[in-house]
Amino acid sequence: MTAFLTLIIVLFIAVAIWQMVKIFDLAQVGTSNNQVATDKDNRINGYLMMGFLVFIYAITIASFWYLGDLPLTSNSASAHGPQIDNLMIISMVVIFIVQTVTQFLLHYFAYKYKGEKGRKALFYADNNTLEAIWTFIPVIVLAGLIIYGLFTWTSIMNVDESEDPMVIELYAQQFNWKARYAGEDNTLGMANVRLIDIDRANILGLDESDPYAEDDIITTELHLPVGQPVLFKMRSQDVLHSAYMPHFRAQMNCVPGMITQFGFTPTVTTDDMRERDDIKEKVANINALRAERKDEIEAKGQELLYEFDYLLLCNKICGKSHYNMQMKIIVETQEEYDAWIKEQKTFKNSLTN
Amino acid sequence: MSAHADTHAHDDHGHHHHKETFVTKYIFSQDHKMIAKQYLITGTIMGVIGVLMSIMFRMQIAWPEQPNVLFEALLGKWAPGGVMDADIYLALVTIHGTIMVFFVLTAGLSGTFSNLLIPLQIGARDMASGFLNMISYWLFFLSSVIMIISLFVQAGPAAAGWTIYPPLSALPMAQGGSGMGMTLWLVSMAIFIASSLLGSLNYIVTVINLRTKGMSMTRLPLTIWAFFVTAIIGVVSFPVLLSAALLLIMDRSFGTSFFLSDIFIQGEVLHYQGGSPVLFEHLFWFLGHPEVYIVLLPALGISSEVIATNSRKPIFGYRAMVMSILAIAFLSTIVWGHHMFVSGMNPFLGSVFTFTTLLIAIPSAVKAFNYITTLWKGNLQMNPAMLFSIGLVSTFITGGLTGIILGDSALDINVHDTYFVVAHFHLVMGISALYGMFAGIYHWFPRMFGRMLNKNLGYLHFWVTAICAYGVFFPMHFIGMAGLPRRYYTNSNFPLFDDTANANVVITMFAIVGGIFQLVFLYNFFSSMFFGKKAEQNPWRSNTLEWTAPVKHIHGNWPGEIPHVYRWSYDYSKPGHEEDFVPQNVPLYDGEEELQH
Repeated sequence: MTAFLTLIIVLFIAVAIWQMVKIFDLAQVGTSNNQVATDKDNRINGYLMMGFLVFIYAITIASFWYLGDLPLTSNSASAHGPQIDNLMIISMVVIFIVQTVTQFLLHYFAYKYKGEKGRKALFYADNNTLEAIWTFIPVIVLAGLIIYGLFTWTSIMNVDESEDPMVIELYAQQFNWKARYAGEDNTLGMANVRLIDIDRANILGLDESDPYAEDDIITTELHLPVGQPVLFKMRSQDVLHSAYMPHFRAQMNCVPGMITQFGFTPTVTTDDMRERDDIKEKVANINALRAERKDEIEAKGQELLYEFDYLLLCNKICGKSHYNMQMKIIVETQEEYDAWIKEQKTFKNSLTN
Repeated sequence: MSAHADTHAHDDHGHHHHKETFVTKYIFSQDHKMIAKQYLITGTIMGVIGVLMSIMFRMQIAWPEQPNVLFEALLGKWAPGGVMDADIYLALVTIHGTIMVFFVLTAGLSGTFSNLLIPLQIGARDMASGFLNMISYWLFFLSSVIMIISLFVQAGPAAAGWTIYPPLSALPMAQGGSGMGMTLWLVSMAIFIASSLLGSLNYIVTVINLRTKGMSMTRLPLTIWAFFVTAIIGVVSFPVLLSAALLLIMDRSFGTSFFLSDIFIQGEVLHYQGGSPVLFEHLFWFLGHPEVYIVLLPALGISSEVIATNSRKPIFGYRAMVMSILAIAFLSTIVWGHHMFVSGMNPFLGSVFTFTTLLIAIPSAVKAFNYITTLWKGNLQMNPAMLFSIGLVSTFITGGLTGIILGDSALDINVHDTYFVVAHFHLVMGISALYGMFAGIYHWFPRMFGRMLNKNLGYLHFWVTAICAYGVFFPMHFIGMAGLPRRYYTNSNFPLFDDTANANVVITMFAIVGGIFQLVFLYNFFSSMFFGKKAEQNPWRSNTLEWTAPVKHIHGNWPGEIPHVYRWSYDYSKPGHEEDFVPQNVPLYDGEEELQH
């Protein structure tokens, strides 16, 4: 019933707007003309163009003011992170300059050259020099960005095997993540979804006859020792997922039927990151906001207080609960890591009969 | 050259003319002007549905899981107690994308203006094949109907995102929308592609064969260049999407394994082996990226014409504009991999696609600078169409610039599939193309309906829309730079993103206001159709041929002979002429030089 009433109200509002527009429309009758812009229209809209330029600048400043901490350009937690952040900042500066200048020219010209009866425009159809200039300037700027970008990309994507990275599998399924550590031998056992045997708790489909699989360790939290290069091998059992680790500037899709990979070196432990001023400020800010929504959050059974943690998010639409597919990442010292991994069961010991 | 509206005279020129009944005139019409109107009205209706959907899911993002009577009324069982369901959220996002990209900005934009303007601006009596043209429209209509029907199936409409990546879209057990909803989606799109191909072939043939005497390719208005090249891109790339859709149908219904392999879902192993979803991504984006330009180029073509006419100046750098269109068209077919940097494809391939992608910024920059220079020292007539065209250049720049970040594979690792992408493509292709479409409607409404749109309502419509468009999509870049993934039903499971929640509310407010103010346009559009002021022959004092045809539509466009063309379409404010415009059908006077362009 309330739905019906509200629908009627919405309908009435729509009708009211319609009617007001109609009155506005009818009020024009007589005063107006043939619906072609007059000098007065040109003048008003010319001023509005300048107003709009101010609006664009204002919304830019407001966005930087309220949302300008740009977490994806600072406080990266991986060895390659600063490279990406640098490139990002350079690109943003270039964009910012071009945006400011071209929007100014566009709107200023729209204001400056607003039409007047009797004036004639300049017949100016071509100028090869000018066109050459604004072809070559973008060419040079883009060439710089392309070269810098490609060097960065290549150095990130080509995993240096000589560094002896620790191999970890990230395993995606609707709607959770698992991690599989390769164990002492640092070699993942063979696996295929056809070998999944839920009754025996072989949930990732490891090949039980493969000796490399015996010491593999399957966990639901991702622990990484700081400073240790890691090579992730991604696998999915059902649909596409994407392993997105924004703090580490890392992302790779998980594709059923193939193994994808991404490697990086974590450089800051979770504890150290929590101590950084930027992060402290961000967390305090978020907790202040959460305090305002206390009832709502507690009603959902979530923890009220937020504490900083690295996260692995799913970033490829994967179905109903896509929005809640996450895994905590903990970066810690080698000793802490060793202690933690020792407590985990190896694959061989985790099987039930 | 007589341009008097003599409705009987057109029988004399030998063009076949049959007695028109209501059905042949308004329904199964083969006249390009009527078909253009059919496309426009169907596209508008689809647009209303698409925008309404976006407002609903924006409300869910701003006020997650809050009961809302609008949801209860419109979504029915998908909003128990007025709380939007997660499945329908994804379905709304999916269908919004599909409708806006294909049904509004491809068919609604190209279908309307290519049909209306190609014959009129090149001086042809109609399209090369009026019959194919009619079939094209009705296939589009059919596909629209099927898409709408798919909203009402039991398990819900398609919900795998408008990119419908398998396996999510292939397996009914992966999500409800991948059952009958997805089947209908695929059928609808297959028919849509057939419609689009028939249309495109017709446009290409018409432009090549039916230009009037004197209308050389270098005298074509930029609108026609844009429509022509768009049609070519469509013919090159749409069949690939059709093949992807057919293969997906095979995987879904006949057990093949083109895109599927090694799948364990809901406790059972499926038989699929050897396929790869990455193959689907390649096929999809082989259309998907050119599609961006199929949407954008007609809008740019329209604004070239509108900006030149209303600046009372020739478009600056005609030749460079044509070259840019061709360069963009060529490059658009070899950049699709930039959607797949983190798909698992070889990183070296990623490098190649980064290179080609950033190249496309060059012709785009040339176009933007040429528009700005066209305004310089002009005598700007601020008609609503002109405002929308200037707005287009503005959003094209703002949205296009962030492409430099997204096209750079190293940076894309970070912002791939976040709201940064959503902000980028909505500005650069969504809003820009929509502005182009509005510019076209305001400019050619007199040509379509013989009446004028109310300009003051046009101004109101433009300014509110312009503010809301920036209000929605500008802050969205910053939310994306915080790492917030798109297509999340709610962000409340990630306290990490709590500090973007207020910005999301502001964005939704702008979206709602912007959406509501489209009613101003709809009112103006439908009421002016019947009660608008009668249009003059050439209200914008434009050079192109369509304004020489009689205001009242006749079959065959011109009552007498088709006008001949003696000059390009941009002789505005040319020295040596009394008026500030010289229509294309005016011969050069003795000693006048045609501009070397």
